[in-house]
Amino acid sequence: MALTLEDVGRIAHLARLHISAEEADRTLVQLNDIFALIEQMQAVDTAGIEPMAHPLGGAQRLREDVVTERIDREANMGNAPAREDGLFLVPRVIE
Amino acid sequence: MNELHLASAAELSRLLARGEVSSEDLARACLDRIERHRALNAFLDVRPEATLAQARAADRRRAAGDQGRLLGVPMAHKDIFVTRDWASTAASRMLEGYRSPFDATVVERLDQAGMVCLGKLNCDEFAMGSSNENSAFGPVLNPWDTRAVPGGSSGGSAAAVAARLTPVATATDTGGSIREPAAFTGVTGAKPTYGRPSRWGMIAFASSLDTAGVMTRTAEDAAHVLSGMLGFDPRDSTSVDRPPEDCARDLERSVRGLRIGVPKEFFGDGLSPDVEQAVRQALAVYEGLGAELVDISLPNVRLGIPVYYVVAPAEASSNLSRYDGVRYGHRATDYGDLVDMIKRSRAEGLGAEPKRRILVGTYVLSHGYYDAYYIKAQKVRRLIADEFQRGFASCDIIAGPVTTSVAFDIGENASDPVSMYLADLYTVPGSLAGIPSMSVPCGFGKAQRPVGLQLIANYFEEATMLRAAHQFQLATDWHRRVPDGFA
Amino acid sequence: MSWEVVIGLETHAQLSTTSKIFSGAPTAFGAPANAQACGIDLALPGVLPVLNRGAVERAIRFGVAVGATLNRRSVFARKNYFYPDLPKGYQISQYEIPVVVGGTLDIVLGTSRKTVRLTRAHLEEDAGKSLHEDFHGMTGIDLNRAGTPLLEIVSEPDMRSAEEAVAYAKALHALVRWIDICDGNMQEGSFRCDANVSVRRHGDERFGTRCEIKNLNSFRFLERAIEFEMRRQIDVLEDGGSIVQETRLYDPDRDETRSMRSKEDAHDYRYFPDPDLLPLEISEEWIAAVRTTMPELPAARRERFVEALRLPEYDAVSLTGSREMADYFEALVAALPDQPKLCANWLMGEVSARLNRDQIDLAQAPVSAVRLAGLLKRIADGTLSGKLAREVFDALWNGEGEADEIIERRGLKQISDSGELQTIIEQVIAANPKSVEEFRAGKEKAFNALVGQVMKATRGKANPQQVNDLLRQTL
Repeated sequence: MALTLEDVGRIAHLARLHISAEEADRTLVQLNDIFALIEQMQAVDTAGIEPMAHPLGGAQRLREDVVTERIDREANMGNAPAREDGLFLVPRVIE
Repeated sequence: MNELHLASAAELSRLLARGEVSSEDLARACLDRIERHRALNAFLDVRPEATLAQARAADRRRAAGDQGRLLGVPMAHKDIFVTRDWASTAASRMLEGYRSPFDATVVERLDQAGMVCLGKLNCDEFAMGSSNENSAFGPVLNPWDTRAVPGGSSGGSAAAVAARLTPVATATDTGGSIREPAAFTGVTGAKPTYGRPSRWGMIAFASSLDTAGVMTRTAEDAAHVLSGMLGFDPRDSTSVDRPPEDCARDLERSVRGLRIGVPKEFFGDGLSPDVEQAVRQALAVYEGLGAELVDISLPNVRLGIPVYYVVAPAEASSNLSRYDGVRYGHRATDYGDLVDMIKRSRAEGLGAEPKRRILVGTYVLSHGYYDAYYIKAQKVRRLIADEFQRGFASCDIIAGPVTTSVAFDIGENASDPVSMYLADLYTVPGSLAGIPSMSVPCGFGKAQRPVGLQLIANYFEEATMLRAAHQFQLATDWHRRVPDGFA
Repeated sequence: MSWEVVIGLETHAQLSTTSKIFSGAPTAFGAPANAQACGIDLALPGVLPVLNRGAVERAIRFGVAVGATLNRRSVFARKNYFYPDLPKGYQISQYEIPVVVGGTLDIVLGTSRKTVRLTRAHLEEDAGKSLHEDFHGMTGIDLNRAGTPLLEIVSEPDMRSAEEAVAYAKALHALVRWIDICDGNMQEGSFRCDANVSVRRHGDERFGTRCEIKNLNSFRFLERAIEFEMRRQIDVLEDGGSIVQETRLYDPDRDETRSMRSKEDAHDYRYFPDPDLLPLEISEEWIAAVRTTMPELPAARRERFVEALRLPEYDAVSLTGSREMADYFEALVAALPDQPKLCANWLMGEVSARLNRDQIDLAQAPVSAVRLAGLLKRIADGTLSGKLAREVFDALWNGEGEADEIIERRGLKQISDSGELQTIIEQVIAANPKSVEEFRAGKEKAFNALVGQVMKATRGKANPQQVNDLLRQTL
């Protein structure tokens, strides 16, 4: 099964990656090479096998409900590309 | 004292303990060498004042009676670990100049042990790559042959240790990123069991695979640094809650009677004869030491690469979504609306390989493909993990090559992602299972480039793996070879 | 042919934990922008989530309260989409395997009852807030709310009118406060509803295409939005059009819903299990321990009020509208065990009206149940007439002390001494010969006038029945 240019455009949009037409052409070829490699795993029979999401299994450990973070807003926001009055600024959001 | 840079961490530790050298002297000597070998491009950020402050603190601790084994020993961090005192970039334009308000747990633990940080090491962008050509800040050169790649993604760690710029470097391994560069540069590189080192403060690539580890000259050093690095961290939900362990406890035990599994699938088509020869000779060394070689079969490991290139990109596509130019990181200057700002910031800030993997990951998780790719890959992942367990029923460790060939040339695989991915053929299966594994120098192949022997142990059997490596290093001197121009 | 509306609700209840669901940052409302967002909430490079026990415990309380199945093992997934107030580019939520499955909630509409089935309830994190005030034409992002724990409670499409939907939302609102898992503050966004609305011809088996309406942060908006949306959909269909499945936003200023185009391309969320978190396991012991800390639930209490106290269903429903109300009522009844109806009338009548007037909660009421019981006792034993009782209640509300002190101080005791009353009656008869004559001539109206005169002379302190009897006797 091969991807199309349309697929590349769709996933680039979902992934919020700007992609030019030439890049999309090149990417399509590479993605199809990669998927040809990936397809090899379809040959193996996995009926009845439980998917493995974590190497070690186990259960989630729980945190007690207490405040443990001391928040240094200045340090946290020090890398912001644009900010004002303690807010991160972005181009206008239209709903 | 002129040979300080050739000393292992253990040797430096003894010199420091005897007062023959101070941490500050050592740190200065290392900083000088780093400066002298800048052409390797191994370091991304060096801040002598921060390093020397740590070194002086270590000297004060020693004066106050602290005798920690790692106290005052220099090291450097792969730039995947966030640090307060050095920039944290993941070798990405996206995070150029990023300053973390906190230290990674691994950084914190080694700092508490008194190790002195020399700076941050180059790597493939977001640890994605096998050649270090994917760094936004330029490739790292292999000290053995500057036409060759040092491997990746921890190429800066590998080159720095191989060039004797530092005795110890941290590294991370998601599909082979410690073992492959260690093999390509003739250093010792160890990846512990997934979940034993904390992932807190490690810039995420693929969360269910990312494992911190170490590169050193010797297995003995690796054992001691890992002992300081590993341990339960309540800030990482996948951290394993086990009591601290001395990974060096079995180093001196002989390998007599140790059963070493040799999977026939690791010696099939695609393995270069020079690598095979060096690895077979290493296995013969073990036999000579009284170990028993056992033939085993791991038929599904060949599927490791396809599985890995579903699971890792899927997780990466999500992990890298936070780089949107809103709270930190690169923001495009020219854009239309908000969506365009995010798209352009990501397109400009991220390099070709992360973008490729994000696209692959987005596709395999997208509607209608999830079961066919992601769930399928997770099932095959379990088959591979189970297969290792069957293998360990008849052996104590598994041995084989780390890579199919010695280090390739810079640019050789750059335009063909798939051929690059195949470099991880023997390292990916262990990553998928989450078991410890390492690379030990075992000779030289084509063009006098180093070859690595891979040792794979079962979950939590780091001590056994390191013992096998140390015993090999007592019998061989491959790990003591120094590239020309760096002695 | 007439139309039927089909409604299902998705409700986000903010859980009343001290810290966030995956970080140790505080959840308190109203801090300066981004002052309560830690590195984890901001998704700085290298951070990881760890689940808050308090959030899980509240989900268990909810599951127990609605008689749901609690999954012993549930999974956190990532819901991937980009939005500037979603710092990680994904929301950690539960998708395939939520913590709570099934359960029911009873609603009462007038005299009829209905059981609404719940689909599921799952734990997830809230996003931040976009502030659209003008920052040089830009939007400000405040991530204080990011990472606040939410329980998303999803109902089956069981409601058939806006009133039913509101009754369900109110019952759910009362329940989450009753079991102490959510403060229910709708202004602060602690309890928010999204409504899935579709219409179909009566008798049609299949559901119509639904629209999801967001931003319903009051019961009134919920009702109005559903009513608007219903009319809109019917108009579209009657004009021969068809409904497009979409997300719509309710605009309270214009009282209409409109399409949210910004959400349109976000449908492929690429859910997958979050590799940073392990499956959540809930033990039998934990559930059993939570069970022992559960208060008697509203439905059980309502039942008991009807069965044991013989209250009308309507009263029982009102009195179990909140736990404070029910507790207050029970405290009254404890003091007046044989007067439950009197207690109910006063609480639902005078007290509720006063709370309404003063815009305060029962918890802030100046009259405690014990004080009010002091007043009701005097009504029950005939000391006070209804009119005087209201006067005493005013004084109680103004903080003038115990009922008995007020009665004493103001001399409001009902005249029950028949000798004293007899004297007054005789004076009234003497002063109103005309009325007496008319009464003797058979005019019943004249009798009432005399009663009125007696009541006036006693300033209302006489027992009207007693006045009646004595007056008739004397005449």
